[in-house]
Amino acid sequence: MKCQKCNKPATFHITELTGGTPEELHLCEDHARQYLTQSGEEPAAASTMAAALAQQMAQQLLGQTAEELAKLDRQACPVCGVTFYDFRSQGRLGCPHDYTCFEAQLQPLILNIHGETKHKGKRPRRGARDAQQRTQLIRLRREMKEAVAREDYERASELRDEIRRIEGANR
Amino acid sequence: MQLDDLTRNSSEWLRGAGPESDIVISSRIRLARNLADFPFIARASDQDRVQIEQTLKDCLLAITEPDELLYIDVDELPGIDRQFLVERQLISREHAESQGARAVAIDRLEKFSVMINEEDHLRIQVMQSGFDLNSAWEQIDRIDDQVEGRVTYAFHERLGYLTACPTNVGTGMRVSVMLHLPALVITRQIEKVFRSLQKIGLAVRGLYGEGSQAMGDFYQISNQVTLGMSEQELIKQVADVVPQIINYERKARDFLVRDSHESLHDRVSRAYGILRNAQTISSEETMHLLSSVRMGINLGLIEDLEIPTINQLFIQTQPAHLQKISGAELDTADRNIERARYLRRHLNKDKMGGAEKN
Repeated sequence: MKCQKCNKPATFHITELTGGTPEELHLCEDHARQYLTQSGEEPAAASTMAAALAQQMAQQLLGQTAEELAKLDRQACPVCGVTFYDFRSQGRLGCPHDYTCFEAQLQPLILNIHGETKHKGKRPRRGARDAQQRTQLIRLRREMKEAVAREDYERASELRDEIRRIEGANR
Repeated sequence: MQLDDLTRNSSEWLRGAGPESDIVISSRIRLARNLADFPFIARASDQDRVQIEQTLKDCLLAITEPDELLYIDVDELPGIDRQFLVERQLISREHAESQGARAVAIDRLEKFSVMINEEDHLRIQVMQSGFDLNSAWEQIDRIDDQVEGRVTYAFHERLGYLTACPTNVGTGMRVSVMLHLPALVITRQIEKVFRSLQKIGLAVRGLYGEGSQAMGDFYQISNQVTLGMSEQELIKQVADVVPQIINYERKARDFLVRDSHESLHDRVSRAYGILRNAQTISSEETMHLLSSVRMGINLGLIEDLEIPTINQLFIQTQPAHLQKISGAELDTADRNIERARYLRRHLNKDKMGGAEKN
C-alpha cells in the first residue's frame, strides 16, 4: 500500500477517532511523523483556511486564464514584498498592508470563512489611520536599508527623517 | 520567579473551583494582536523578531507589578521545559517547536500567559477555573487595553484587528471552555453532541488540540468565526451552549447511576485500584483511568479523594512533568515505572501516613 500523501510505501496505519466517524490513514514514516506532530493549537482554523482557499482558487480558475492567474500570483505587496502566491501556498499573510493591497482577493475569502466582512466589537483607542500610517514604517525601514546598501546616503537620511517623524507622531 | 517554581504550584485552571467545576474544567479566552509597524511573523527578519520581542517584553514588564511575571525566552529553553509549558497549556505546540526569537510571559498564578512571536506577534490568553467566561473577558480586556496604551496595534477600519491568518481577523478572539464528559463517552452520545455543535458553528477539540483522540474525556468547545460578531456575542455563542452540554452529561451520569450502577461502580473502583497498584503505566492509560476516578468522585463513589488532587495528577503524570518532578531525563519505559510510583505515592497517601507531596 502506498502512502496517501506521496509514493513511498505506507508503513503507518492510523485510525483517527476525532471528528465524527473513524477515519483510516495510511502514511509513510515522514508523513506519519508530520501528521502526528502537527500543531495542536488550531488545526480546525488551518483546515477551514485551506478549504476556503481551495474553493476560492477553484472559483477563480473558472473565470480566468492561466496567464491571468500567474499574474495574480506574482502580484506583490509594496510594503512587505509578499506575493499572492506566497500567501496562497502558506495561508499566512506578510504584513497588515496585505489586507489592503490584496483586498479584492481576500474579500471573498473572508466572507467564505466568517460569513461577514465587517468587524463588530472592540476598537483600539488609536484609530485605524494611525495604525495604517505606522505600517508604512515597514516599507520605509526596508527602503532605508536598501539605500544604505547602495550607498545612497542622501536618500537614506531623508528616509530616516520620515521614519522619525512617523515614530514620533503617536507616541 | 523561576520556571521550576511552576512545578510546585497548581495552575489556576486545575484548581477545581468555580461554577460547574465538576464538569467544566476551565474557561479560556485568547486574543491575537499584531504591532502595526512590523511585518507578520512569516515575513519578519531575525532582526524584526528580536525587535518585536523586545518591544513587547518592555511593554509587559511596564504594565505588571515587579515579580508578577515569569518571562521566559522560549528559544533558549531546553526541549523538556518547552514540553512542560505545552503540557500546562501555557504555550502552544507550534510555539514550542518553531524557531527564532520568541517568548512567553506568565503571571505567577498562571491566570494569564502571553506568547510573543507565535503565529501573531501577540497571543494573550486568560484562563479561569470552572465556567466563568465573563471574568476571563474582564481580565483579558484590561490586559489588552494596557498593552494598547503602549503600542500601536495593526487595525483596519472595516476588518478590525489584523492577523497573520485571515481566519482570526476581526476580534482576533477565541473563546473556549474545557469540559470533562466521561458519561457522554460511555453512553456513546458524544458524537451526536459534536455534530450538533458543528452545525451551530462551534469547534470541538481534545485536551491538546485535535491531533490525537481526546485524552481523559476532555473536550474544548470554541468559536470558529472571529469577524462580524462582537466579543460579547462570541462569548454568548459559547456560553449559551455549555449549560446544555452540562445538562446532557448530568443526565448521562444519572442514567449510568440508575440503570447500570454495578458496572459503573465497578469501572470506577477498578480504575482506582489499578492507579493505586500498578507498577508500570502509560500516559494514555493513566488519563483514561483518572477520567473514571474523577467521575467517581463527583458521583460520590469514591470518598477519600478530592477533585483538585485528580486534576493535578492529569498534568503531573505527563511526560515532561514527570521528568521535571523526578529531576531526571527518563525514557518511555522508565517514565512508565516512575509514573506508577508517583500515582501510588499520591493515591495511597493516608495509608502510608502522609507521604510528602511534591
